[in-house]
Amino acid sequence: MLRAEAATRLGALELDVALEVRAGECLALAGPSGAGKTSLLRIAAGLVRPERGLVEANGETWLDTERGVDVPPERRRCGYVFQEYALFPHLSASQNVAYPLRGMSRAERRERAHELLDRFGLRELADARPRTLSGGERQRVAVARALARKPAVLLLDEPLSALDARTRASASRELAAVLRDVEVPALLVTHDFAEAAQLGDRVGVIDAGRVVQEGTPSELAAAPRTAFVADFTGAVVLTGTARPGAGGLTTVELDGGGAITTTDPGGGEVAVSVYPWEISIEPEGEPPHGSSQNRLDAEVLSITTVGNRVRVSLAGPQPIAAEITADSAERMGLRAGTRVTATWKATATRVVGS
Amino acid sequence: MKRRPGRFAVLLTLCLAVTLTFLTLPIVAIFLDSSPAELIDSLGEEGALDALWLSLKTTAISITIILLVGTPAAYLLATRSFRGKAFVVTLVELPLVLPPAVAGIALLSAVGPSGILGGTVEAAGVELTFETAGVVVALTFVASPFYVRQAMAAFASVDGVMLDASRTLGASEARGFLRVMIPVALPGLVAGTALALGRALGEFGATLMFAGSFQGITQTVPLAIYDRFSTEFDAALALSAVLVAVSAAILLSVKLVHGSEVLGGAPR
Repeated sequence: MLRAEAATRLGALELDVALEVRAGECLALAGPSGAGKTSLLRIAAGLVRPERGLVEANGETWLDTERGVDVPPERRRCGYVFQEYALFPHLSASQNVAYPLRGMSRAERRERAHELLDRFGLRELADARPRTLSGGERQRVAVARALARKPAVLLLDEPLSALDARTRASASRELAAVLRDVEVPALLVTHDFAEAAQLGDRVGVIDAGRVVQEGTPSELAAAPRTAFVADFTGAVVLTGTARPGAGGLTTVELDGGGAITTTDPGGGEVAVSVYPWEISIEPEGEPPHGSSQNRLDAEVLSITTVGNRVRVSLAGPQPIAAEITADSAERMGLRAGTRVTATWKATATRVVGS
Repeated sequence: MKRRPGRFAVLLTLCLAVTLTFLTLPIVAIFLDSSPAELIDSLGEEGALDALWLSLKTTAISITIILLVGTPAAYLLATRSFRGKAFVVTLVELPLVLPPAVAGIALLSAVGPSGILGGTVEAAGVELTFETAGVVVALTFVASPFYVRQAMAAFASVDGVMLDASRTLGASEARGFLRVMIPVALPGLVAGTALALGRALGEFGATLMFAGSFQGITQTVPLAIYDRFSTEFDAALALSAVLVAVSAAILLSVKLVHGSEVLGGAPR
């Protein structure tokens, strides 16, 4: 269990956050740059001292400004994956991973380092210097190094943002698998809501130093508490089981009922995403018309104004949100409780992993 | 079709040629003015080897002191911010712009026999003026700013997150300093060492004024050259050639060990 509370002024930012992460759980905080994400991680790790704050991990108190406790970073047992990975350029991959291993014999160090490198598929790169590694490989070395000392908590700062778009998808799947295996609390921050949705068991949206909403990714996307969250969350995330469908398409049987079609390949347990502005709303019971393949019956939960449009939260088999113009909402007489059909195209449906 | 070089390119090449000629001709002349055999003969002369040995010894001691004290000091200046830091940095850099004669006078008035700390130094049983230890003091005073300045820049250019990473991996700041900061800043530290070495080896004015010129005790190679200049020009020439060779060897070995990145090479 990680408990972190901080109330402090950092430059122009007023940070005021309190959060808890259970062992084996990953809390992903998503927010724009300057929201205080990195500062929060640095406070947890002891690299920044807040005016008032409390950090407890695994039953140990690392920081308690009221009682004057402030354990230095080197004694906090935080596995910290830095944004650009901060690998030591003069050390090989295996030396980087072995850096935190102390109080053991040379042979033990080597063995433990190699065990970690094997686990992250880096065996052949053991002697390579960071500058010769690809972005994805560097990220794996950084995660292996952060886990080497068997940390009490794992902190990840934008672990995917230094990667190019092509490696990001596979790196993201691998990292998700690592996070599932890790038995300690993990706190991850990112500016990308889709990334948070994929990697976090719970997602919090942080803005201007405060966590404005916390919940599962679909809860946040479907029922944003504020316009900022609505705007920021972007995609609707649905989970289900994928199988090959007709015409080279993929059919996803949604958890909770209903099925949708996507042009992306996929199989097994998957998450799919669609942007709210891709979703149209029709009165329930109309015969299918137009080119949209995906149709789900749902009930309107709430209507929130977001800039020049409205976000309609829908209770279907899973929470859905659609963005339409205020005029359309009015013309259809939408209000909480109205039964509607949400439709969107298979081509607008992305498989984002599991 | 090959394009003819433009006028500007010709001008650039011309300027480089002039610069090179101006800088290398005098050095080449040292070796051309007397035959190698004459040079070696003059070295065998009394005092020449003494001076060479003294120069190497005092420079080595002085550089060791500069590295041991200057490296942590430079690290502190590069990684901490505090009130008056700019002023402190200026104080460290001041000897760089001090004329050597002024440096000598300054040392005399500080730790010379009648200087403000002269009594303390004497009470401690240390003789500086007219002693080898005085040469070391003069070399250290003049050469250390070259190293500290360069080392500061080298540490400052290391991303601070390196040290953060080291600390979250369980290493104290001292361990991070030794195992991460120094290795990562090494090219810059080596470059600074080379600059300080060159300066210490060639030191003349401050040594002459503060420690004097006594053969075997305070007469380093530059002082020996000056000493022989009016009476035995050939001997002065031979010593100059040796000094050029030693300095060039230092420059080259630094470049070879650390590649072009160290001295004037492309940044990494």
